[in-house]
Amino acid sequence: MANTYTAIATVTVGSGGAATIDFTSIPNIYTDLCLKVSGRSNNSSDYYSTLTMTFNGTNTYTNRILFGTGSGTGSGTDTSIKPFVQASSATANTFGQNEFYIPNYAGSNAKSVSMDMVTENNATNALALLGAGLSSGTSAISSITLSVGSDLFVQYSTATLYGIKNS
Amino acid sequence: MPTKLIIDCSTGVTTEVELTAEEVAQREADAVAFEEIKAAEEAAVQAKADAKASAEAKLAALGLTADEIAALN
Repeated sequence: MANTYTAIATVTVGSGGAATIDFTSIPNIYTDLCLKVSGRSNNSSDYYSTLTMTFNGTNTYTNRILFGTGSGTGSGTDTSIKPFVQASSATANTFGQNEFYIPNYAGSNAKSVSMDMVTENNATNALALLGAGLSSGTSAISSITLSVGSDLFVQYSTATLYGIKNS
Repeated sequence: MPTKLIIDCSTGVTTEVELTAEEVAQREADAVAFEEIKAAEEAAVQAKADAKASAEAKLAALGLTADEIAALN
């Protein structure tokens, strides 16, 4: 990791779970942002849950993903930034890993984001994904919200937001 | 009531706040919409797979070998 990474904020979900994780008042003093999420949802009917990320409270995105499962590969598009965290059907006490990189987040152009993620599951149903997304918003990103649909992030899920300077 | 974690990056302070009734309703509506989209996507994938299998069966009935059919993909 480059020595220009600065941990802006980090959070660990408590025993009651959390519906959303909201980073607010993000300073605009960095060049890029990097968000790392170690997450698990309480969805008991599936192996992974959709992780939705919104900037500045809006959801005007497009994205393209490539993914591999335990039994095949595929690709897709969506109208929001949606990688996944793993859910309760996956191996107990394991967490999915996500990394988002958001270059030039404080600029006045549309915001791109790249993402990679894997779920952890000691069985066939696991998922690895690469994705690229674009937000049409032109305002500097001052808040980022993470959610898992109508599910909850379970205890010990963590999210850390890094700021990266180009010098 | 579900809660949300708000991390103020200017202070580093994390606050746990209960969702409002409106936010809960929105989450439920989003979940329903997502399930509908997911079902439609899965149906489209299945329809495509069914059409491919049907086409391959018809080609085989015409006398094409499995290698010849695969070469068309």
